[in-house]
Amino acid sequence: MAFSFFGGIHPADHKQLSCDVPIRRFPEPDVLVVPLSQHIGAPCKPLVKKGDQVAKGQKIGDNTGLCVPVHSPVSGKVKAVEMRAHTSGTTMMSVVIENDRQDTPDPQIRKRSPEEVAALTPEDLIGLIREAGIVGMGGATFPTHVKLSSGLGKVDTIIINAGECEPYITADDRLCREFPEAVIAGVKIVMKILGLSTACIALEDNKPQAARALRAFLAPEDGITVRTLPSRYPQGAEKQLIYAVTGRQVPSGGLPAAVGCAVFNAATCKAIHDAVWEGVPLIERIVTVSGNIVMAPKNLIVPIGTSFNDLLEAVGHSENPYKVISGGPMMGVTQYDLSVPTTKGTNAVTILGHKHQYLVEHPQCIRCGRCIDACPMKLMPVLMYKSLQSGDVENMKSVHMMDCIECGCCAYTCPACLPLVLGFRSGKQRIRDHAAAAASKKL
Amino acid sequence: MAHQMKYFYELTISSSPHIHSKATTRTIMRDVLIALLPALAGAVYFFGPRALVVTLISVAACVLFEWGWSRLLKRPDKTYDLSAVVTGVLLAFVCPPTIPYWMIVIGDFFAIIVVKMLFGGIGHNVVNPALAGRAFLFSWPVAMSTWVKAGWENAAPVFPDVDVVTAATPLAAMHQGQLPEEGLLDLFLGNVGGCIGETSALLLLVGFAYLLIRKVISPRIPLAYLGTVAVLAFLFPMGNDRLLWTGCQLLGGGLILGAVFMATDYVTSPVTKLGQVVYGVGCGVLTVLIRYFGGYNEGVSYAILVMNCCVVLLDRIGRPTKFGAPKKEGKKV
Repeated sequence: MAFSFFGGIHPADHKQLSCDVPIRRFPEPDVLVVPLSQHIGAPCKPLVKKGDQVAKGQKIGDNTGLCVPVHSPVSGKVKAVEMRAHTSGTTMMSVVIENDRQDTPDPQIRKRSPEEVAALTPEDLIGLIREAGIVGMGGATFPTHVKLSSGLGKVDTIIINAGECEPYITADDRLCREFPEAVIAGVKIVMKILGLSTACIALEDNKPQAARALRAFLAPEDGITVRTLPSRYPQGAEKQLIYAVTGRQVPSGGLPAAVGCAVFNAATCKAIHDAVWEGVPLIERIVTVSGNIVMAPKNLIVPIGTSFNDLLEAVGHSENPYKVISGGPMMGVTQYDLSVPTTKGTNAVTILGHKHQYLVEHPQCIRCGRCIDACPMKLMPVLMYKSLQSGDVENMKSVHMMDCIECGCCAYTCPACLPLVLGFRSGKQRIRDHAAAAASKKL
Repeated sequence: MAHQMKYFYELTISSSPHIHSKATTRTIMRDVLIALLPALAGAVYFFGPRALVVTLISVAACVLFEWGWSRLLKRPDKTYDLSAVVTGVLLAFVCPPTIPYWMIVIGDFFAIIVVKMLFGGIGHNVVNPALAGRAFLFSWPVAMSTWVKAGWENAAPVFPDVDVVTAATPLAAMHQGQLPEEGLLDLFLGNVGGCIGETSALLLLVGFAYLLIRKVISPRIPLAYLGTVAVLAFLFPMGNDRLLWTGCQLLGGGLILGAVFMATDYVTSPVTKLGQVVYGVGCGVLTVLIRYFGGYNEGVSYAILVMNCCVVLLDRIGRPTKFGAPKKEGKKV
């Protein structure tokens, strides 16, 4: 039983550049910049101040409400708590830590025995996951403990997303190949929390070795199945993945829990394992550093807070970069300041050369309809673009602008090279602003 | 933050996606031109070198008009997208090989300046420029319906514009309700009188196959169009051979050229799948109506021009139901 989502594209995936490069530990840098907001929700308040000594894994920021704490990835001294450049393109309050290279671990970090883990209740586990600062590591950075606690009793299907459909990125592929036990242990914890006996790990069929590695550690009684799905972008998009695995459509504007599904990234599962079994909070992650001009593409375990400059230096590039992207080339965010830090959601740094320059001046739609065939949300980008030009918010709503997931399939296929995703992003913001203005008028 | 930067690169900031498929407007137009090449070769084979000269003059005039207009109005020049070249070739293809050179240039002027550029250039024209140019050229009905027999011995000389031995086209006979003298094979190969690029069904179908393989067009519009003409011709035949009549209707005149290269023009055809099918059927019905009851032999160009004007409406039907739409919302998007 396999479902095929509508539309999608087949870009050259370039995964062969880095898919056979084993994961290496990136040497800890001298200075790390840890942003106090690495999740969707309220930013953390700093728990340390300039001059404080911090241990590796020590909590350095937390807040109440929809928030997950951040931890120091190294031991050392707090150099500053100040605004620093961030991958989102803005600045953000960050803790700057000078590495003392003593590797002093936080006293709270300790391994748990199987008995201890078995004795933990779902509530305990959710608390542990929150305290470990775990967020969705596929890039969306939604707090994992919130997803788990809001899914309690509503979810009947757990899907582990190892689809990794973006070109160049191989972090999850390598993770599943090299740490299958940890990923599976994480999945089992998720199953225990949600009280379910089954889960499905979904991969694209261009990762057969990852699928084999996972299957080797699975017994039938685990209830975990590994599903390989056709390689097609955006197979790893949450709504498309749920549809491909279950045939259920997440309703427009709704969350996966509305159709009884919860999706967790494979790297998130590994982080859950680390937090529960090893007691280690989320202070490092696997990052693919690749791109068409990269000399030695790598999969690296990178401490959170390592600057992009350091990562660029580690791989080398054959020409001056045209774009440095946090994430993959389809949905990633271009950077202008390479001092920005690696965050919990940075699954890749993609470095592209000038070959990838494609935007043209004065683009003009020729109504070829390719965007309609490519849109995995079954929207009509050609009409959405027209509605943008009209500038009428009601018109934008009527063509379902808000349903756009910004996957980029339309812009990728558009022969006129229209800046479709850019337009739809601004259009969505205009609709939100309009709604906010209307709401404030009512009050 | 600048003090933190180790290196300085000129980095480009833009919205995702950061990669793009190889297909651009220019490559699509290039593929259309490649698909037209077999028919052009056939035109030279059947009608002599004048067919090529007319085509080249038409292309040059179209590109020159578009470039000059952009220069004149200080608008960005977009002739590099090759759409003017396609218009030039197509307009030549729907004119007789004997057309005076000055006349085709007037047609090019109407197609490019009036139909395309005055409406805002590529993507904005309401009707197909080449067909509108042809319709305009019927201000000179005699020149536009002077036909020569196929074959180099009958070919009009390249220079000067002189009288030639004229002949009737298969379509003229069919308009009288008779089967044409030419056999079905001649019609299929293109060994008959007619417009420069319309006569050889075989070579046009080669181009059609190329466009399908390159995924430039979908077969929906051409098949709906040709299918409708075939069904109607089969149901209402003239003469005594129903099948032969259907075959002659399909292969005669500019039907295949129109169905494959004109009706599929992106700008002037619907974007929804259902809209495209209805559009194709509409073209087919109108073509047969004009051929059967109209004052003029050929119905393809006017049928497509009329359906071009309905595209705004046809775009409203068959819109896809968005992912995750509530059930009761149904087809209405």
